[in-house]
Amino acid sequence: MDAMTIGPRNRLIAALRADRGGQWFLAVLLATGVLAPLLNLAVPPSSALHLSSYTVTLIGKYMTYAMLAIAVDLIWGYCGILSLGHGAFFALGGYAIGMYLMREIGTRGVYGDPVLPDFMVFLNWKQLPWFWYGFNHFAFAALMVVVVPGLLALVFGFLAFRSRVSGVYLSIITQALTYALMLAFFRNDMGFGGNNGFTDFKDILGFNLQAPGTRMALFLVTVLALGGSYLLCRCIVASRAGRVIAAIRDAESRARFLGYRVESYKLWVFVFSAVLAGIAGALYVPQIGIINPSEFSPANSIEIVIWVAIGGRGTLYGAVVGALLVNYAKTYFTAALPSMWLYALGALFVLVPLFLPRGVVGAVTQLRSRMIGAGATS
Amino acid sequence: MPQLLQQLPDASYADKQTLIKQLAATHDPRVRVVLNALLEGNLYARSSDHQVFITRADGDNLALTDPLTAAPAGTASSDGLTRIGVNNQLRKTLRVALAQFDLSSPDAGVRREAVREMLRAVDAQTVEVLRGRLHEEQDKGVRADIRDGLALADLDSGDADTRLAAVKTLAGSLNLDVYNRLSSMVEQASDGSYGESDPRVRAAAQSSIRAINRWRIFYSGIQTLLFGLSQGSVLVLAAIGLAITFGVMGVINMAHGELMMLGAYTTYVVQLLMPQHIGASILVAIPAAFLVSGLAGIAIERTIVRHLYGRPLETLLATFGLSLVLQQAVRDIFSANNRPVQSPEWISGQLQINQALSITYNRLYIIVFTFVLFLVLLQVLKRTRLGLEVRAVAQNRAMAKAMGIRTEWVDALTFGLGSGIAGIAGVALSQLTNVGPNLGQSYIVDSFMVVVFGGVGNLWGTELGGNALGIVNKLLEPYSGAVLAKIFVLVFLILFIQRRPRGLFPQKGRAADG
Repeated sequence: MDAMTIGPRNRLIAALRADRGGQWFLAVLLATGVLAPLLNLAVPPSSALHLSSYTVTLIGKYMTYAMLAIAVDLIWGYCGILSLGHGAFFALGGYAIGMYLMREIGTRGVYGDPVLPDFMVFLNWKQLPWFWYGFNHFAFAALMVVVVPGLLALVFGFLAFRSRVSGVYLSIITQALTYALMLAFFRNDMGFGGNNGFTDFKDILGFNLQAPGTRMALFLVTVLALGGSYLLCRCIVASRAGRVIAAIRDAESRARFLGYRVESYKLWVFVFSAVLAGIAGALYVPQIGIINPSEFSPANSIEIVIWVAIGGRGTLYGAVVGALLVNYAKTYFTAALPSMWLYALGALFVLVPLFLPRGVVGAVTQLRSRMIGAGATS
Repeated sequence: MPQLLQQLPDASYADKQTLIKQLAATHDPRVRVVLNALLEGNLYARSSDHQVFITRADGDNLALTDPLTAAPAGTASSDGLTRIGVNNQLRKTLRVALAQFDLSSPDAGVRREAVREMLRAVDAQTVEVLRGRLHEEQDKGVRADIRDGLALADLDSGDADTRLAAVKTLAGSLNLDVYNRLSSMVEQASDGSYGESDPRVRAAAQSSIRAINRWRIFYSGIQTLLFGLSQGSVLVLAAIGLAITFGVMGVINMAHGELMMLGAYTTYVVQLLMPQHIGASILVAIPAAFLVSGLAGIAIERTIVRHLYGRPLETLLATFGLSLVLQQAVRDIFSANNRPVQSPEWISGQLQINQALSITYNRLYIIVFTFVLFLVLLQVLKRTRLGLEVRAVAQNRAMAKAMGIRTEWVDALTFGLGSGIAGIAGVALSQLTNVGPNLGQSYIVDSFMVVVFGGVGNLWGTELGGNALGIVNKLLEPYSGAVLAKIFVLVFLILFIQRRPRGLFPQKGRAADG
């Protein structure tokens, strides 16, 4: 009733005000966006405060992962759709931008063919396959980053939700989807570089990808994209539609009986989430400089879900925290104790559902409210 | 025979030719050894007394064997010995002579080989020998070989009627030589002439080729079916344990593949423990793997899964984590490389049914093994006390508990049973694929798909579904290649689940609720 009286705009503002965790996250993100360029470009490399380009790229990578985690949290935490194939949308976005970057190489490739990427020359292809047309334009590639994952999610979601495939079954078929795509992209005949994928990119929109300035620009775009997607998702979950989505998560049949078109809501949020994942992939590839079919592997997609579970699902900022924590730990462990990483990751997967069902964020909230003694948590 | 042997060292090549034929005509089993040694250049004559010996290299010297008594006759330096030489023509004669010997061997395989050898150099004499053999020969396969061979020889005859009869005889043959020969007869050369001049014979050859093609298609159909069944059986093997843990209990066990991996490694360890008895090691490994994986499964159930009942998605994550830990543990204990698991002799080799149809024994065994395992499991669930309790708990936990069933105990045992079956599947897989830390991972998506496709909670569904998928896969493979076939099957499954979310054979009644 309260919601009806204050109107949608005021309610959004109220939701954003109440989102303490989100404010913290956006503040930290803003600080990163301001400090990182300063420390990287303005501070001389000799200084102790200098931020190396490697670190900038690393943070950039984490942020694309965080975006991906937000996308998964939106559908899993708020709508109850556990997708074990979200890595596929991420990878498709990455491949779309990768195709543009491959064509940008032009005559600078090993074989120097002005049109065909190296791997096609290597495979002795004479002509560019039709699905590579248009990828010499950045705008077209950028459009495809949105359209390809979105379209796949639309078709897949339409079929799945219409026939009410849900729960575990949906998880299994999303896993099969990404597995099938992985097998397909591993094939040389597909025209996506086989198991080597795309790499050796030279520049983007004419700017050299190795230049610190370009890297910083990509970094800042990622900061904006992450902040933007967070706000957008927050608005969605705070809106009326967001409430319906949460209702579907908690009691799907009841929502249906109340007259809501459950399939449409699910489809819409699933497509949106896939697009978000695609954009994250498109930001990931130019920064990392490689995309290959292993991004489609089912284990990768499960890992994304783990980030969200560890951070705390259904909070959005928890997903970010989870993605950062797990990936930082991964970077640290794989360098320091390589064989320990899988033990640590495995143990996290086992222990978090058992002991931290609401993730790190949930545990922190619980701890704080207990310390304040403010009674029961929500 | 002794006299003939005596003459051998000093004979000219032409004389040797006659001598060999005379020797062969004695039908003395000792002659075969001598002729074989002659062919291989191991027949020597002692310079001092012209006595003939079969020799074998023994360090710098030669170990001698008396061909008449087959008794060792000491060793001698090669200085005092002269090799009895052969030329190419003699070698040919020797081979035919040896083949004639083998033709009366009790072993059908040896006879077959002999026929093949003789057909390589057909002359009036061999034809006669083979004709004679055709009447005595009991083995169907050998008889067919002889008949085909004789008919092929007849095709060279100058008489058109003989050729016609030969072509008609060849109609049922699956021999590749026959097919090529017949095809060359009807082929038109660039100058318009045919390989076969007589139009009647040509027409008969055409129809023989058609008949052969029909048979070939038929047999290759059966072959595809068998390949499909064997691939499907692998899928069933991987999925059948899951059909219990996931199908009956509803637990998403992502570590299922790793339980299979444990079974495969158990096979490896068992083989390390009994290197002298590889043949029996598999039989020991089956119960061992059942125990190892079963106990691991019970441990997983008690420590992790038990706390997550009713939270399928969390179970999925926790067991996935477990699978990572198990993989890494195996990597640390056995190294990241694949471990060599030997196949016992009775599993290797292949069953040659005819020239167009053969199947390797391991494929055959896997089909039989899977089916037996499936039947055993079915009986366990249907007829034993444990099976009854498992079904009772799956259908109505509260009621089962009220009837005095220790549901917690049943949960643990059910999970253990499913895991143990996974271990047994691992033993079978160790014979088919590489045993490495990633063994389980590659089957996990497939096995879940099979269970869902067949219908959750339905063992028959898993069995039939898995086999159907295997056959479809093999049917597609010739057109699309292995990887695309797999992709098609996955896409088909995704679409199938949309149509029938509860699989091929959905559960009905109360068990379907929930």
